[in-house]
Amino acid sequence: MYELIFDREKCARCKSIPCMTKCQYIKLDTVTAKKEWQKVLDGEDSFILEACTTCYACNEYCPHGNNPFYMIVDRQEKKGILPSPRPIITMWVNQCEPVGKFTVGLLQEKALSYCFLAHFNVLAHGKLFEDLEYSAVYGQEFFCNAVYLHYAKTSLIKERLPKIIENIRKQGIKELVCLHDECYATYTSLAPAYGIEVPFHPIHYYDYLIEKLKALKDKVKPLGLKVAYQRNCSTRLIPEVDKSLDELFNLIGVERAVRKYDRKNALCCAEIIRMAKGPELADELQKKNLDDMQSVKPDYVVFNCPACWDSLATKVAERGMKPIHVIDLCRLAVGEEQSLNLEKMEAEV
Amino acid sequence: MIDIYNELTSIVDKDFVSNKPEELYIYGRDPGLMPAHEPEYVVMPSTVEEVQAIVRLANREKIAIVPKGGGLSLTGLVIPQKGGILLDMKKMDRIIEINEKGSYALIEGGTTHGALKSHLLKNYPHLRHSIPDSPPIATVVANAVIHGQGRLTQQRGFNSDMVCGLEVVLPTGEVCKIGTSAVSDYWFSKGAPLPDLSSLFFGWCGTTGIITKMAVKLYPCKKLRDVMLFLTDRAELVPDIMLKLGRTEMIEDLVVTAQPIPLRYAGNYYILFYITGDSEEELEYKRKYCWHTLWEYFEKRDGGFVSLVPEMKAPLLSMPSKDTTRFADVSKGGGFEYSGPIAPIEKYAVYVKKLEELAVKYNLYYSSAARMIDGGHSMMFSFSYTFNRADAQTMKRAKQALDEAAEYALDNGGVMWKPNLDEQKITIRKMDPNTLELMTRIKKLLDPNGIMNPGNWEVL
Ligand SMILES: Cc1cc2nc3c(=O)[nH]c(=O)nc-3n(C[C@H](O)[C@H](O)[C@H](O)COP(=O)(O)OP(=O)(O)OC[C@H]3O[C@@H](n4cnc5c(N)ncnc54)[C@H](O)[C@@H]3O)c2cc1C
Ligand code: SF4
Ligand code: SF4
Repeated sequence: MYELIFDREKCARCKSIPCMTKCQYIKLDTVTAKKEWQKVLDGEDSFILEACTTCYACNEYCPHGNNPFYMIVDRQEKKGILPSPRPIITMWVNQCEPVGKFTVGLLQEKALSYCFLAHFNVLAHGKLFEDLEYSAVYGQEFFCNAVYLHYAKTSLIKERLPKIIENIRKQGIKELVCLHDECYATYTSLAPAYGIEVPFHPIHYYDYLIEKLKALKDKVKPLGLKVAYQRNCSTRLIPEVDKSLDELFNLIGVERAVRKYDRKNALCCAEIIRMAKGPELADELQKKNLDDMQSVKPDYVVFNCPACWDSLATKVAERGMKPIHVIDLCRLAVGEEQSLNLEKMEAEV
Repeated sequence: MIDIYNELTSIVDKDFVSNKPEELYIYGRDPGLMPAHEPEYVVMPSTVEEVQAIVRLANREKIAIVPKGGGLSLTGLVIPQKGGILLDMKKMDRIIEINEKGSYALIEGGTTHGALKSHLLKNYPHLRHSIPDSPPIATVVANAVIHGQGRLTQQRGFNSDMVCGLEVVLPTGEVCKIGTSAVSDYWFSKGAPLPDLSSLFFGWCGTTGIITKMAVKLYPCKKLRDVMLFLTDRAELVPDIMLKLGRTEMIEDLVVTAQPIPLRYAGNYYILFYITGDSEEELEYKRKYCWHTLWEYFEKRDGGFVSLVPEMKAPLLSMPSKDTTRFADVSKGGGFEYSGPIAPIEKYAVYVKKLEELAVKYNLYYSSAARMIDGGHSMMFSFSYTFNRADAQTMKRAKQALDEAAEYALDNGGVMWKPNLDEQKITIRKMDPNTLELMTRIKKLLDPNGIMNPGNWEVL
């Protein structure tokens, strides 16, 4: 059985315990952080396990790559702590269960992963996807399962992820372009942390787009836009992709506005938090985030994760700002139109 | 021997009278499980005078007559058990008047819910009626005749409670006004302050007369509407959750779903409810209030709200909901019937257990939707099983499961809603003999020749 690879020695040597002292939700001084974190490591009860919002950020705050967040999830499950109400967890467990219903296109050795998110069916077209448009996989069978980190279900990840990876391998895929940031995080951070082998080469779609845009250099018109970026939870597991995003923005002439809640201080979309901790905290976080976006007067608010899009895009638009996905922003730069738009949802009475 | 067909064509244009086998075949069955039986004639009248003349003919010749709306009640209520004349009401589909200040709509006996809804949406967007989740061709009158429930039932009671006047052709052919319209030009009440005679026509399944006009109450249609979804995996908590929400007096409709597929439904009870408001502030206040009303379940981790993304919300906000219709075809072959007792909401957990037990016993797909009625005074709990019409074996199993469900419900505080013939029989068996005697006397008085939808409520 797979077990979390975690170096307790690193923690023993760690002086400032940044994983805990930087947490945006649990306010801890260094002494308490050290004490409580030790309890977590020793499998004892610690209020951290209950208070955690599962924002993933401590993984990014640990300068030693020790994956403290995975440790928290591991301990939560062992102690039977429910980060969200049990029925919500049951719903997630059931709705993503692989049941043999999936879509594969005309697959090549290099393929796109839509994960289990229909948004990519709209987004992944046009010049930037010319060669790969039909080489795609979609459905529960290819769902990365990282979401269960929010629900203290490491056991489910350990059970399902190897099968998902095998499904991808069986398709003959050698290079997988992950359109969902969380898939890339799964294959490059989560799977290795549990010693789960990944027999294909995962590529983050930012890196894929960089290559494409370089190849289409003559067709790229710098956009000259200022954007507010909505950084999502899974980027906490793969903070290195932030650099790729900066390069990508650079290539298409987009300025990533400096704002309070970006990069290491980003705020998540807060919908998982709403289901876990209630509406007050979620509303407060969303308000802070939206106020901050608005304060930089962006031409667009740019989304990486479709789940953030679902949670925040309407609210962004209600404040008179324009939501757009990273892929669409790149499509604008090569003279194409935005493809993922807010459906006008009229409340039928 | 008199030629009924010719007599009928002398009353109604011959294009709207038929005795052709292919038409009789269609009119001899419904989408449910009750055995087919064909009429001898099908007639589509378009005026009250035509209805009267047809009824007089049927009376004179002692031929059965069965009124039919959309034919969607599913329990065989429009299957002509004794043949005779099937009266298809679809041509009497006018919306006669919207009395805006009196907040009612006056419609004909065959006007559909879909037509009334679109008429209001187009011309009176600030008003609405209680629309059920049946396909939009269901008729407003027939739905009230069977005490249907709609989107305003949680707040206002059965759809029949929202009726405010009738015009009826009695089984002996007289046209009779029921309610204030019997005295006044206004249709504002079906009874009070007069003796309430409307109950002679609701719940009787078309056995006491033919409703040719009906006034239904209209209610404010708030500008905004939203849906909230609360899940729990403990059936025994459902009644209290329903009650707590109902008692906020802030919610519109409330329906609890239990079904094993699609998989996201498995293992949970889906408590879906709606809130309305004239401004985002009003909605937000109600959202928060409802959240906090259920806080104790959330804190104990026994229940939680699902954050609904826009594509999830859109189908839930559609009226009628298409989900029930979709479920109806899970087994393919379009077979669908549910046994729906009206019952105390405290019975939710035992009913749901029975629903699941019967699905296992008879190897069927199940689903249940329980709609809260009138703030929690009761609920309609549907035991639904799907079947493929081309598969006689599954149909037999589904019927056995529904029969058992009905028996169980009746033994556990429930009273069958729109009962099929078998359910009517077991209901009669359980009924207080004096009530049964009263029903018998009323039926005899109104329909001395027993021509109206015979076989149903056969209390004579
Ligand atoms: C998918 C689906 C969902 C449903 N959801 C709901 C729901 O949410 N709420 C609900 O209440 N029902 C629901 N139903 C049940 C049913 O479809 C409705 O109650 C519907 O309104 C019945 O109307 P109808 O015109 O089809 O009635 P019919 O089946 O045509 O008639 C019902 C009864 O009324 C009598 N009748 C018809 N017209 C007259 C008349 N003019 N005068 C006197 N008697 C008359 C008939 O003889 C019969 O006994 C649902 C059904 C389906 C298939
Ligand atoms: S997880 Fe990282 S940051 Fe936290 S105590 Fe250990 S080494 Fe330090
Ligand atoms: S996941 Fe987020 S909330 Fe939980 S401990 Fe880590 S930083 Fe804090």
